[in-house]
Amino acid sequence: MNLKDTCAIVGIGETKFGTLPGISCSKIAIEATKKAIEDAGLQAKDIDGLLSPQPASEMFYGVRLGEKMGLKLKYTGSVDIGGATPVAMVQHAVMAINAGLCNTVVCVYAGSPKSGPKHASASCPQIVNNEDEFMYPFGQVAAMHGYAMACQRHMFEFRTTSKQLGAIAVACRKHASLTENAQRRDPITLTDYMNSKLYCDPFRLLDICQVTDGGAAVVVTNVERADVLRNKPVYISGMGNRHQGWGVGWAPSMTTTGAKDSSEMAYKMAGMKAKDVDIAEIYDCFTYTVLVTLEDYGFCEKGEGGPFVENGRIEIGGELPVNTSGGLLSQGHLEGMNHITEAVKQLRGVCGQRQVNGAEIAIVSGNGGILSTHSTLILRR
Amino acid sequence: MIEHKKSLIPDSDSKEFWDAAKRHELFLQKCCQCGRYHYPPSPVCPNCLSLELKWEQVKGDGSIYSFTVVRVPIGSEWAQEVPYILATIELDCGVKMVSTVIHCDAKDVKIGMNVRLVFSDRDSELSVPKFEPVR
Repeated sequence: MNLKDTCAIVGIGETKFGTLPGISCSKIAIEATKKAIEDAGLQAKDIDGLLSPQPASEMFYGVRLGEKMGLKLKYTGSVDIGGATPVAMVQHAVMAINAGLCNTVVCVYAGSPKSGPKHASASCPQIVNNEDEFMYPFGQVAAMHGYAMACQRHMFEFRTTSKQLGAIAVACRKHASLTENAQRRDPITLTDYMNSKLYCDPFRLLDICQVTDGGAAVVVTNVERADVLRNKPVYISGMGNRHQGWGVGWAPSMTTTGAKDSSEMAYKMAGMKAKDVDIAEIYDCFTYTVLVTLEDYGFCEKGEGGPFVENGRIEIGGELPVNTSGGLLSQGHLEGMNHITEAVKQLRGVCGQRQVNGAEIAIVSGNGGILSTHSTLILRR
Repeated sequence: MIEHKKSLIPDSDSKEFWDAAKRHELFLQKCCQCGRYHYPPSPVCPNCLSLELKWEQVKGDGSIYSFTVVRVPIGSEWAQEVPYILATIELDCGVKMVSTVIHCDAKDVKIGMNVRLVFSDRDSELSVPKFEPVR
């Protein structure tokens, strides 16, 4: 059974992304959900599925949220694969709808890593102690340490340079400067990048994403319903996953990731190839994640990600606009849910000054842990 | 901040590793069925799913597969450690592990550099296997 184009994203909702003191995580999730339902032209009574990430300290999260909003849920649960979760939640929604278990599912991410109590929610602050018996005592304390080692290996194998990583940071910031709801809108240059503080070689401050309070949600339903709703549907054409394993330090490769198998699966379902894609919303907890994912997604050969991202190729107006809202690096770390909402906006053609002309097909990546989990969506208008 | 020791309550799968480290020995699990070593410790062989595993001492020679130099500490307990070299070490017995490389200046560290095992006692309860360059 091919699930290609059986479901669509019909509504999106975003809260303010930034620092949100005094607002509970539940309230952030509810605001995003409410906006997504209203955007779809639906009401609470139409929603019978709700998916969220697994909060660190709260059980029954989905059903608690559903209760607060008075939803009559037939399907709920949490997905626990880190930054691949938002993309995977949309996939779970498509599967549940096709299985006849429910009709219309909200997938919501909310977090307040900046203002809220730590681990109060499904937040995923990137600079977090990564408590693991075979990482932490050995000095691998933060996510950036694992990604930095992987990036260093890529630089060794393929002569990737710091300036090439910088090109990714510059592109994301340029796009964020065109995005109202973005944390960092001040443009940066390659010189700014090279002068930013070295955290863990080769990563500088500007290689690292923005920890962000905020929430975002999407509404997924079947195409029959989608086609009569107020928004032009964004069809879910391809889905794929590949989860490499927890520890990048002992993974078979640091320079080929689950993104390769995941995208191949998604391209096959969609009947598409990398060259068909107009925009790419690529999980960017760190610059390197973008570089290695672009290679694994087939936009260039393995090892050529460095030259590929240079000279504005991944900027709006370039050959392949990447992270058109500024991504996690500059818009904010919403665990990647903002990559999905941005792809929907681009395919609806409502992005104003950052609109990519003629955007018809988008690929969205989700990546969790330290290149540990990977999920892919291909969306089309 | 998470306390360093909080993450060091070995379970039955990892106790042998930490006990051996306290004796300044590196013990890894070897599969009785396929003969391969694996790391980190686990109840099962990731290569063939055999539950028959034995602990064996390995010498701990290897080379640097990749590294980073941690310059900004994450957590107060690492404040005195920076800058430190965090590396993935490819051991001669075929497994990779992550640890720090000591007795090496940050500007001299290179991928491919040969290293050997050296133990670092944090206190009477905990010794961590680390690596140093082979000169």
